[in-house]
Amino acid sequence: MSELLHAEGIVKRFGSFTALKGVTFRLRAGEIHALMGENGAGKSTLIKVLTGVHEADGGTVTVAGRGIRAASPREAEAAGISTVYQEVNLLPNLSVAENILMGRQPMRGPFIRHGEVKRRARAALARLGLEVDVGALLGTFPVAVQQMTAIARALDQEARVLILDEPTSSLDARESEELFAVMRRLRDEGMGIVFVSHFLDQIYAVSDRITVLRDGALVGTWEAAGLPRLELVSHMIGKEVTAGGGDGGVISVGGAEAFRVEGLERKGTVGPLTFSVMAGEATGLAGLLGSGRTETARMLFGIDAATGGRVTAGAEAVDLGSPRAAMAAGLAFCSEDRKVEGIIPSLSVRENIVLAMQASRGVLRRVPRAEQEALAARFIAALNIRTRGPETPIGTLSGGNQQKCLLARWMAMQPRLLILDEPTRGIDVGAKAEIEALCGELRRAGMSILFISAELEEVVRNCSRVVVLRDRRQAAVLDGPAISLRTIMETVAAS
Amino acid sequence: MNRIFASRLLPLMATGLVLVALFAAAGAGYENFLSARVVLNLFKDRAFLGVVAVGMTFVILSGGIDLSVGAVMAFTTVFLAKVIGGLGWSAPVAMLAAVGIGVGFGMFQGWVIHFFRIPAFLVTLAGMFLARGMAFVVSPRSVEIRSAFYDDLGERGLPLGEGLLLTVGPLVYLVVVAAGMVVAHGTRFGRNVYALGGNEASAALMGLPVGATRVGVYALCGGCAALGGVISTLALSSGDPTRGTGLELDAIAAAVIGGTVLTGGRGWVFGTFLGVLILGTIKTILDFDGSLDPAWLRIASGGLLLGFILLQKLIARRSVS
Repeated sequence: MSELLHAEGIVKRFGSFTALKGVTFRLRAGEIHALMGENGAGKSTLIKVLTGVHEADGGTVTVAGRGIRAASPREAEAAGISTVYQEVNLLPNLSVAENILMGRQPMRGPFIRHGEVKRRARAALARLGLEVDVGALLGTFPVAVQQMTAIARALDQEARVLILDEPTSSLDARESEELFAVMRRLRDEGMGIVFVSHFLDQIYAVSDRITVLRDGALVGTWEAAGLPRLELVSHMIGKEVTAGGGDGGVISVGGAEAFRVEGLERKGTVGPLTFSVMAGEATGLAGLLGSGRTETARMLFGIDAATGGRVTAGAEAVDLGSPRAAMAAGLAFCSEDRKVEGIIPSLSVRENIVLAMQASRGVLRRVPRAEQEALAARFIAALNIRTRGPETPIGTLSGGNQQKCLLARWMAMQPRLLILDEPTRGIDVGAKAEIEALCGELRRAGMSILFISAELEEVVRNCSRVVVLRDRRQAAVLDGPAISLRTIMETVAAS
Repeated sequence: MNRIFASRLLPLMATGLVLVALFAAAGAGYENFLSARVVLNLFKDRAFLGVVAVGMTFVILSGGIDLSVGAVMAFTTVFLAKVIGGLGWSAPVAMLAAVGIGVGFGMFQGWVIHFFRIPAFLVTLAGMFLARGMAFVVSPRSVEIRSAFYDDLGERGLPLGEGLLLTVGPLVYLVVVAAGMVVAHGTRFGRNVYALGGNEASAALMGLPVGATRVGVYALCGGCAALGGVISTLALSSGDPTRGTGLELDAIAAAVIGGTVLTGGRGWVFGTFLGVLILGTIKTILDFDGSLDPAWLRIASGGLLLGFILLQKLIARRSVS
């Protein structure tokens, strides 16, 4: 089989951070090649280098034996590489036909031949087995059609390499099947397809080969048929599947049930989920990237409305209609992306800590300044937050210390359930240990914690109970002694 | 009924309906309102606004805004008065130069907006002060333009019979509207403007020339603003550094009333044409009825604007659900 695309030793740096450390990737003509990896593995960066969005700092890319140096998406397209992005990057305010032919419209003098535009659009869509009114605005069609439109755009420019970046994340099962049928058809016509997805089932359903990246480096490339799922998961998260694995979770303290989640779901996003959260214990949410961990947290905290199921505390139903209602019910949410959803960089450490408390009181009942200062001083000492003082802008602190301020913010609320979404992401080892120790203290004080982390060992170390998610559904609930790296990985990899 | 509501031309139809209703109401209320002469005067009176508004429509479609158009127009009028009267340039050369300056000024604004990633609002606000200031530098007060070319041009036009004449100003206006429609719909530049206003990131990923399009759009708008200035000197035979104060807002209002969405990507040059006529009709009604307070012009425009914005919002909600 002939080699279509060959990326050799690709290096990409962002400032002092190296996102790709010499990655090699080979794509054959007529294959569907899955590109896998967890957060920070470098998948998106590699794709952006191949499509000319980023320029590589090192390495070479050849397409059908010819070296290319794509400095822009236009040049990559000219070289035969087309991409369909997850959040369909087309123009909803233009017609389907225009989206397919934009920038390449057949012309007569200075004028576009609109009839010809429509004809070619119809022809491209016909190859995908799709027949729609190509004159209608793209935005009036469902995502599945928009995705087909993006693929049709690639077909019309005679792409030889098609990169599909999480194309199924907003499709339902039937739509995904239709997409796979199209992918197989294009593969059989000799196209090389790079497929990025977080759904293991889908990967194994369509892929011929699988390449795994981790921490910006190549782990390896395998024939899909010869790579067991468990091994794939192990390659992705970088942990050997060892025998034994009796590392167990935190022994349950036998606390009372604080919250019960029953059949909670958000159609098309995550669920249904059913599990209990015990007082004084940490419950873990584990799964691969895209398995629905953060979505679950957002649903529990009322950011995204649940479409079914309920949460109860004792005999009472908990209202999860909004973050405000969730806070009133005793929930607190420390978000994954502290830069976007958490800290306000220009405000001081004190102001950031008091924020949630002030919000719960309403704007009129201001927390007295003296109380604010006492609170800030107490948490800075208790959490060992390294800052020059309570009035220092939080943006100037290190990631770990910012994270501790966020924890302080929610601890000041004295919640019954603290949701921690990736509390240790991007902070150094010492700060990680401190945060974990802090979680232990909170548990002993009777607080419940919902602990979300991509690092399975962390989940194993901290939790008495682990809800394992797979493809945005609950795969299993593991209890105490059953919790180990191996059992979690096996549950994640099960089909 | 549902099909009408589902149509993306709904805002345009609403604008057309309002225009017809306004005319019908005025015709019923005032004698001699429904006459060719009144319509012709309306076109003559609003030609400069109409031309400026076409340029503004392109800018808004691209997702931007241009606050400098009134000031650029004012600069053009005093520039013409000065170089024709003071320096003795030939009028056609002066007009070409004026439009060239407008295009260059717009290009510069577009370049600053694009390459320094500064909001168009700020850049063109600075441009507005700059151009207005330059207008006062050229001439602090109104100057009459004496030119045989102007006198001659004033008598020319397209005869419509019964002694009516479509003079050069409104003629240019109609040509600009027609050309604008063709450019917006039928050329790659026009479609790229819609793409840019629809989603700049997507447009870039599709390999469209985002920078060139943005610079081009402001150049086009600057050119239209200058052309509006030329037309205004044809009608008034004078240049005035205070002319066109607030014109940018009238142009924006005309575009929005015509169905162009301020966030970009959706709208029509033809809609703006109707919008200008609606604003012009309201003004004509006030001219007709000496007893009405001119403040009503503003109030009526404001009410209409609000109504059309709400209509667009309703349509947007409908298409989402």
